[in-house]
Amino acid sequence: MPKSFNVNKYLRKDKMPHIWCPGCGNGMVMSAFLRAVDGLRLDPDRVVVVSGIGCSSRISGYMDFNTLHTTHGRPLAFATGIKLANPSLEVVVITGDGDATAIGGNHFLHSCRRNINITMVIINNNIYGMTGGQYSPLTPKGESASTAPYGNIEPEMDICAVAEAAGATYVARGITYQPVVMEDLILQGIENNGFSLVEVISQCPIYYGRMNKKGDAIDMLKWQKENTVSQKAASNMPPAAVKGKIITGILSTQYRPEFVEEYESIKKVAQGVKYDERRAEM
Amino acid sequence: MKSSRKLMQGNEACAEGALKAGVKFFAGYPITPSTEIAETLAEKLPRAGGVFIQMEDEIASMAAVIGASLTGVKSMTATSGPGFSLKQENIGFAVMTEIPCVVVNVQRLGPSTGGPTLPAQGDVMQARWGTHGEHAMIALCPASVEEAYYLTIMAFNYSERFRTPVVLLLDETIGHLRESVDLKKYEDTRIINRPVPWEAPGQYLPYKAEGDEPPPMASLGEGYRFHVTGLVHDESGFPVAGNHAAIDRLLTRLSNKIIKRQEEITLYKEFMTENAQYLVIAYGATARSAYGAVELARKEGYRVGLLHMQTLWPFPEKLVRQKTLGKKTVLVPEMNLGQYAREIKKTVADQTQVVTLSQVDGRIFHPSRIVAFLRGEAKYAQVL
Repeated sequence: MPKSFNVNKYLRKDKMPHIWCPGCGNGMVMSAFLRAVDGLRLDPDRVVVVSGIGCSSRISGYMDFNTLHTTHGRPLAFATGIKLANPSLEVVVITGDGDATAIGGNHFLHSCRRNINITMVIINNNIYGMTGGQYSPLTPKGESASTAPYGNIEPEMDICAVAEAAGATYVARGITYQPVVMEDLILQGIENNGFSLVEVISQCPIYYGRMNKKGDAIDMLKWQKENTVSQKAASNMPPAAVKGKIITGILSTQYRPEFVEEYESIKKVAQGVKYDERRAEM
Repeated sequence: MKSSRKLMQGNEACAEGALKAGVKFFAGYPITPSTEIAETLAEKLPRAGGVFIQMEDEIASMAAVIGASLTGVKSMTATSGPGFSLKQENIGFAVMTEIPCVVVNVQRLGPSTGGPTLPAQGDVMQARWGTHGEHAMIALCPASVEEAYYLTIMAFNYSERFRTPVVLLLDETIGHLRESVDLKKYEDTRIINRPVPWEAPGQYLPYKAEGDEPPPMASLGEGYRFHVTGLVHDESGFPVAGNHAAIDRLLTRLSNKIIKRQEEITLYKEFMTENAQYLVIAYGATARSAYGAVELARKEGYRVGLLHMQTLWPFPEKLVRQKTLGKKTVLVPEMNLGQYAREIKKTVADQTQVVTLSQVDGRIFHPSRIVAFLRGEAKYAQVL
């Protein structure tokens, strides 16, 4: 992290204080994202941040870029329109686990499949915070939520595995306990020419933490430290030692053609073939 | 000289009208009976330097259209009943954030899957009130292939002029109808583009309006770095949940910018209304039947005329009051159970009688039903 970094130049300071609860991880993700933008020397005029609905999605209002706070679950669909209509913009979606994987699950799959050059950061706090602590697809089985008072019977989803299977060309998982690593994971995601997913495991001490006796924010960060292992370290550990741990770092990369570039090439095909000739061939 | 006449389908004419208006982005999802609009634009938009994308669902296509419009390009989607239902939330987002776009709904018989290829006009109220919350809407409704072309251009013009989503309400009959058309006369149709800010980026307030005029709209990436949210917001664009005066200003202006300009937005035609005792008010495919019926009935000596509405919303109160004044009876044939007739009744109850001639059997409205009413032989006519 360069010493000269000044977070203030990217913030809409007049919109402070933010709405987030004490101990929430959203600010840590915002800070890491801004350091990544700074590290890449991106022109703020060309950066578009799109968010959905929920606590974490309020992030778009606090940062001085082109910002769009959309409807629940739909930020990727809005972002797809923006990126296709103006490919020169750097489009980033930042949203929460409920928005991205429940109501927005379909858009998530198809954005990965298209491999459109958008970077998505999912802040995973395992809960719907804005509405007061209901279980999400990323709430671990057996945990409690206001709508799972006897324990959640739904198994959680491994969103990184889903992203890789669906075709995302860069998939990484960070934790708020490691902000510098998180910054680097986001930075590399933005650099990837294709769809990048960065899942950040975050803490919600007020709802998820309190309902599941996880302690305060510091306890929850300590839990992250004890229950995660980096991809690099895991590759040198016996499988038994890795079992049950959450793997962090860059989980997968693959090369596939980028969607907007594919469309630009099909445009040329379209412009070179006369309508009547094509009809005649059919 | 080569004739400029062409045989064209209503859905094709809609796509051609969009191209004429300068559409550069289409996102859609396959659905009968609107698919030909997507198919035509999938072929023609990339040739015109634009973008076509088939999204994963109807909701996503509405969202993508709004996103694209924010970059400064004219954008459109097309669907039918079930898809129109799914799009409603994001249509509300476009209303609230004042993002121009055109939403084509080629009506089928509903509710639910209903009759995908059966004609109906059951979405008239959905076009007006489909999304939640207090708002105004603009909805246009063509009755011919030529009108599908012209009203698509006008839908874009109004959406850009008023910074609002505009619904183009075709029905299955018009969408799939093929007619010989000469579109040359529309070559010089005025094309309207959204108002853009003149202020330097530092001074721009994205929702600062003069009176109830729509505010100028900057595009993403031009240096304005503004915020767009579906939450209630003030002139700066940022949420203002606690500022009730600002909320009131916003919601009132969103309605007034359209309702107060109903005369600018109202498009209509009149047919044989001179000395008419009876006035038929019709729109879409039903208006076609009404033209025939009025002609037949005049031959039989009935003094009947037609007010053919091309703009359904905002409801043209002033026009309807003026045109129905002194009429013995106003007849409203519709392929629904009286959705627009009741709106007319609300407006003219003090000055004339309104009769609804409704039909929901999935067949087009036959002109003989209107003539039968005049002869006093009508079944299913209801005085409202």
